Amino acid sequence: MNSNVTGARIGYIAFNTFREAVRDRVLYNLIAFALLLSGAAILVGEISIDIERLVVVNLGLTAVSLFGVVIAIFIGIGLVSKEIDKRTLYTVLSRPVRRWEFVVGKFFGLTGTLVVNTFFMALGVFLALVYVAHKFEPMDVWVLAALYFIVLQFFIVCALALFFSSFSTPLMSAIFTFALFVIGNLSEDLRGFARVTSGLGGAVATAIAYMVPNFSALNVISQVAHGDPVPGRLILYNTAYALLYSAMAISGAVLIFQRRNLK
Amino acid sequence: MKMTPTRRVTLAATAVFLLSLSGSVTAIHAIDRLQANSVPQQALYLRSTKVLRRLSLGYTGLLADIYWTRAVQYFGQQHHNDSGDFRLLSPLLEVTTELDPQLLPAYQFGANFLAPKPPNGAGLPGAALALTQYGIAHNPDQWRLYYNLGFIYYTELNDYAKAADAFKRGSELPGTNDFMPILAARMAQHAGEFDTARMLWFTTYQSTKDARIRQNAVEHLLALQVDEDITRLEQVIQKYRAQTGHLPSSFGDIERAGFIRGTPADPKGHAYRLMPDGRIEVEDPQKIYFITKGLPPGAEPPQPPHEPQPDLK
Repeated sequence: MNSNVTGARIGYIAFNTFREAVRDRVLYNLIAFALLLSGAAILVGEISIDIERLVVVNLGLTAVSLFGVVIAIFIGIGLVSKEIDKRTLYTVLSRPVRRWEFVVGKFFGLTGTLVVNTFFMALGVFLALVYVAHKFEPMDVWVLAALYFIVLQFFIVCALALFFSSFSTPLMSAIFTFALFVIGNLSEDLRGFARVTSGLGGAVATAIAYMVPNFSALNVISQVAHGDPVPGRLILYNTAYALLYSAMAISGAVLIFQRRNLK
Repeated sequence: MKMTPTRRVTLAATAVFLLSLSGSVTAIHAIDRLQANSVPQQALYLRSTKVLRRLSLGYTGLLADIYWTRAVQYFGQQHHNDSGDFRLLSPLLEVTTELDPQLLPAYQFGANFLAPKPPNGAGLPGAALALTQYGIAHNPDQWRLYYNLGFIYYTELNDYAKAADAFKRGSELPGTNDFMPILAARMAQHAGEFDTARMLWFTTYQSTKDARIRQNAVEHLLALQVDEDITRLEQVIQKYRAQTGHLPSSFGDIERAGFIRGTPADPKGHAYRLMPDGRIEVEDPQKIYFITKGLPPGAEPPQPPHEPQPDLK
């Protein structure tokens, strides 16, 4: 009974977050995306030979990823601060809503927005693929795997943005999250560097290498653009990793937000 | 004692945090294991230095450091996997040095590991020469680069005239090593093979901080000592045979004849073994790497096992 009530409260907060994002015209980015992709699909057919599919997959998935990351960062950093500035947070917390439910609800609301956004963008990518190739090919199924990894990437970025926004200003939160996004894309190098460093420096480098998010394994865009398959075990491990890392960042946000003085 | 709701949330969130952290580290390990074989193929991000320079927005130094780290990792990983395939080492070092022509450790690494034959290197002396000459063109006052050039000419190409010229040019630079003029002279005379080789490896040891290059030099110095010991001992045995008409049955026979004092031992302290046919063998051929003498008939020179990761400091 209790868990049902908690679930319902989180659901309400998530739904309202989603509704607010839609009201803020976040989904307007889809227009820009559609223009970009249809323009590229038409143009690439005119100026290139044999790489139409490659360009559409590379450009389409890169745009899905970058548009989503930008939305995740800029909406995520304002999730808490905006509620405080508008004083709506006090109204929410004066009702029987716990602080951790508020944080978790916000997270699900934002990720839900991004999932809906990605769904429409994915439709656009597949439409462009049909336009340039005139048919679907069996290897196009791996594009779905790449899109799934992009959604997992959004989970981590949303969780990080929410974590930073639980104690920092929106500007600093945006900088921190974006910096971690860049570092996370170089995380393989960071772990490689940690492996060849010894002593105290090695221990610090190893700790940092495992604390920063690992985005490099979640990026298989160029692989699927060439029609290469994505191993099932990688899908499994990446799913586990993204969920665990997001849970870690969200629990960190809960710990901080729980103690934050909101007066 | 009843726990407050806030405390309960704090404890639960802490538990989730710690469990998720350990779980995510385990997941990264699993992902790394899954992708272990793909790393060498991904090691070379981009080959065009022009493109790289534009992409780096002017931060070429940092990009060169990343490529240099990649080159070391690539070599270490291929070596660790017992792969004799080092085809990306040359382009990785080329990109590194084109981005930062003053990155001297990259040239030294190239001279030591691009030229030797697999499994100790890429077996590309031409690429090693080109890299070193590129380094000299951009750092004409660095005696180490002339040393590397002479080293490649001597050890890999047996071109004594060019080696002598490289050592001589290096010996004229400020801050040069004391061995450089001696090496130049020895190359010109093409004499004293063991002494020359020893001096080369000793200078290599002295002039680097890279643990991998140092260890390589130490192993070669030990092997040189063994090769020289055995060459001399076999000469002594031939003298003994000429004098007595038969081969010695033990080192005691040679000692009693006044040719040696005591039982000769290798640099690690293990006594050499005198074989019935008059040859000398080391006690354990797998313990001293790179030796060319003292091996059982038909045995290949032993190679070092997986080396420790290089010290990048």
